Amino acid sequence: MTITNPIPTNNELNFECETGNYHTFCPISCVSWLYQKIEDSFFLVIGTKTCGYFLQNALGVMIFAEPRYAMAELEEEDISAQFNDYQELKRLCLQIKQDRNPSVIVWIGTCTTEIIKMDLEGMANRLESELGVPIVVARANGLDYAFTQGEDTVLAAMAHRCPEAPVQENGKKSLVLFGSLPSPVVTQLTLELKKQGIEIAGWLPSQRYSDLPPLGPDVYVCGVNPFLSRTATTLMRRRKCKLISAPFPIGPDGTRAWIEKICSVFNVEPKGLDERENQLWSSVDDYVSLLKGKSVFFMGDNLLEVSLARFLVNCGMIVYEVGIPYMDRRYQSAELDLLRQTCEKMQVPMPRIVEKPDNYNQVQRIRELKPDLAITGMAHANPLEARGISTKWSVEFTFAQIHGFSNTREVLELVTRPLRRNAKLDNLGTSQHIKLAIDSNTV
Amino acid sequence: MKLAYWMYAGPAHIGTLRVASSFKNVHAIMHAPLGDDYFNVMRSMLERERDFTPVTASIVDRHVLARGSQEKVVQNIVRKDKEEKPDLIVLTPTCTSSILQEDLQNFVDRASSESTSNVLLADVNHYRVNELQAADRTLEQIVRFFVEKAERENTILVEKTEKPSVNLFGFFTLGFHHSHDCRELRRLLNDLGIEINEIIPEGGKVENIRNLPKAWFNLVPYREVGLMAAQYLKEKFDMPYISRIPMGIVETGEMIQEIEQILNKVDSSRKNDFSSYIQEQSQFVSQASWFSRSIDCQNLTNKKAIVFGDATHASAMTKVLVREMGIGVACAGTYCTYDGDWFREQVAGYADEVFITEDHTQVGDMISRLEPSAIFGTQMERHIGKRLDIPCGVISAPVHIQNFPLGYRPFLGYEGANQIADLVYNSFSLGMEDHLLEIFGGHDTKEVITKALSTDSIFHWTADAQKELNKVPGFVRGKIKRNTEKFARDKGADEITIELMYAAKEAVGA
Repeated sequence: MTITNPIPTNNELNFECETGNYHTFCPISCVSWLYQKIEDSFFLVIGTKTCGYFLQNALGVMIFAEPRYAMAELEEEDISAQFNDYQELKRLCLQIKQDRNPSVIVWIGTCTTEIIKMDLEGMANRLESELGVPIVVARANGLDYAFTQGEDTVLAAMAHRCPEAPVQENGKKSLVLFGSLPSPVVTQLTLELKKQGIEIAGWLPSQRYSDLPPLGPDVYVCGVNPFLSRTATTLMRRRKCKLISAPFPIGPDGTRAWIEKICSVFNVEPKGLDERENQLWSSVDDYVSLLKGKSVFFMGDNLLEVSLARFLVNCGMIVYEVGIPYMDRRYQSAELDLLRQTCEKMQVPMPRIVEKPDNYNQVQRIRELKPDLAITGMAHANPLEARGISTKWSVEFTFAQIHGFSNTREVLELVTRPLRRNAKLDNLGTSQHIKLAIDSNTV
Repeated sequence: MKLAYWMYAGPAHIGTLRVASSFKNVHAIMHAPLGDDYFNVMRSMLERERDFTPVTASIVDRHVLARGSQEKVVQNIVRKDKEEKPDLIVLTPTCTSSILQEDLQNFVDRASSESTSNVLLADVNHYRVNELQAADRTLEQIVRFFVEKAERENTILVEKTEKPSVNLFGFFTLGFHHSHDCRELRRLLNDLGIEINEIIPEGGKVENIRNLPKAWFNLVPYREVGLMAAQYLKEKFDMPYISRIPMGIVETGEMIQEIEQILNKVDSSRKNDFSSYIQEQSQFVSQASWFSRSIDCQNLTNKKAIVFGDATHASAMTKVLVREMGIGVACAGTYCTYDGDWFREQVAGYADEVFITEDHTQVGDMISRLEPSAIFGTQMERHIGKRLDIPCGVISAPVHIQNFPLGYRPFLGYEGANQIADLVYNSFSLGMEDHLLEIFGGHDTKEVITKALSTDSIFHWTADAQKELNKVPGFVRGKIKRNTEKFARDKGADEITIELMYAAKEAVGA
């Protein structure tokens, strides 16, 4: 469906909250990218067979490459406290130290450790001094968090471990960025800021645990991902850093706004951003023209939704709904403002933002609205495709490189792929792959 | 606590969900935290399922932790009842809910009075049983529930069908080649003039469970799931069941003979005789036994393989390799540790060693110690094989998406025997290639340091000896290197020369 007439715009974003019955990954999945990011780390997930089964299936072949993560699988005796938790964890961590010699062991607390109230922080303190290896505790459990928020809990815990930055005599400000990104993206964003004459003092997380950046009252911090609100809070309240609230560097529009905001804090007049942004937009003209006038529906599962929606509106798409697990309106305020402005600029209606969505209700709405594209988890992708709705797996946005000017094409590559593919398959005939009788019963 | 990187069988609730979502119009509600509905992803991706997986979660979050689920579970059941009108809703506990110790049965009782569908609490303990045991248990529970319900309502059908008929048990979603096996067995039973009464659970309706006693007997082709239900029906209605695994020509023939005996017992006027059918199928319709006899397979003589998988596939595969293909089995193993005795009994006399463990690192060490010519195992053994440069055929779950082929690939019955023969033959290096490699010293010039997972080799190989070693075909090079070093160690030599190499070769009689 292509909408040709402009639709009257409501000028405020609508926030709603549903039942929270939605599909997403368990936050322990963050170990899969964090153990690769922090090269000298070892992640120990303290949980049950359920956690292990999820990790092994969700991470597929990675498990065979001798990963630096493992499960401390709780057995019945652990649950009923017949075994001493401390002794058990000590035994496993000694083995890990012996086999892998990591610079840090990160304990990932799970639902089970929450319910049986295992005092991970207390034990970590004690064991750390006995073992001589730092132990960081992150409670990345499904009782409290969704998917990417797992990274947030780990980074918030790591923020406590960063060294203290010395007080600057001349009031010189330094900049630390937080959020885990693949190293090529780190280099790209570093270079973009360098062009403006801004040096980055460090990243949280760093490539190695031993290189964590110094933090203190003279340090300005800025997030690169929308799901890092706990980390931001910890940096402000506990480490007294100053938070730069900016839109996130996803899409050329987001990247530009992100750089401009940082520049304004550092009293730098940004140069050449106009040309840089325009040049990128024109280089992806082929993809943007595919998206113009098309509609998109975010079911919501990884908290990147608002930034992606804002970028796609700028590409000329109409966003029907932005489902999102959790909406921190303060941490994302600059991004929400940009979304609002972008909708006004493009003269499209403001999308409804649905926090804690209900997947069943969403499928009903998708059925009614028939969007050109649904961005959704893998549980719903195939069933929606079988009903003639093009889908993109949302998880791919978490694992692909989507940040900065240079990755604009990457994001659009992902977004347009189902559209390009389904166009190629037109000769196959109908896109409907279920019998209609079943359809009316189950959707 | 146990340090674990990988597991063969999943947690209990997966088994329950697999059974529940295999039935038609049955919905499962998990009492679980956010993110535990990963089952839906597996079903949608691996099975490429077109329909929404009928599994939802009643989310356990911080509030539930503080105050209990209260109305939440009941509301979710009642809501699902209205939305989808299922015949049965199975409330599925997870590891989280089993330590919360909420009275889920109470929620089920309350919800049943408010909803039109039947509601059942899956009776599985996360910390005591695994995926396969839970699936078996849940299937029995559902069968028992609807049999007893039909008895109370006087709708149970116990009169036998006029023609011989059978119930098939244990085919379900995410099972290894289950849909192909099911089709193959249906074809075979059709050939024998036996009608299929019900197939449970895959595609079955729970209301048809009351028809189960109409069948003359039950067939349980897999060891892991369906036996409990069949045993229940045996006790309840004295229904005979066959639990032989019809994999390979010999066992398929034996199963058909068992069917013959049952049919003749139920109706003594019939006098069925399937022996000519068995002969026709195994000699002419199936290619497998001729294939083993054909001269190309002679190079499989003396080859050794390792078999590892679930109890069903590992035991049946061991028998097929030894009895039907003349291949030695150096070690047969299973991860179904709870069923170890049965497994030992099955493979006794067929394998040099029996190995029962859930630990994949032990399996890896065993394989590198025995250095077989081929492995038949799960996806994990395939990866171990890749690392050790040993070919592997996948014969059992756990599996990847490539083990859900679109084409027809049964493992059971006579067509299954063909498929297995292809799989086995293609896993070994082909006959002529084998000879050519030996004659020309191999086309593989990349240097292999060691095949073992860990090495502490201290031997120095002279340049000549190294060159000679490189001439040895890649797939046996590690073994020869190891044997030579072992020989050198025994002789107290610290340098390995060509002479020593050949002395070692003669010593082992190779």
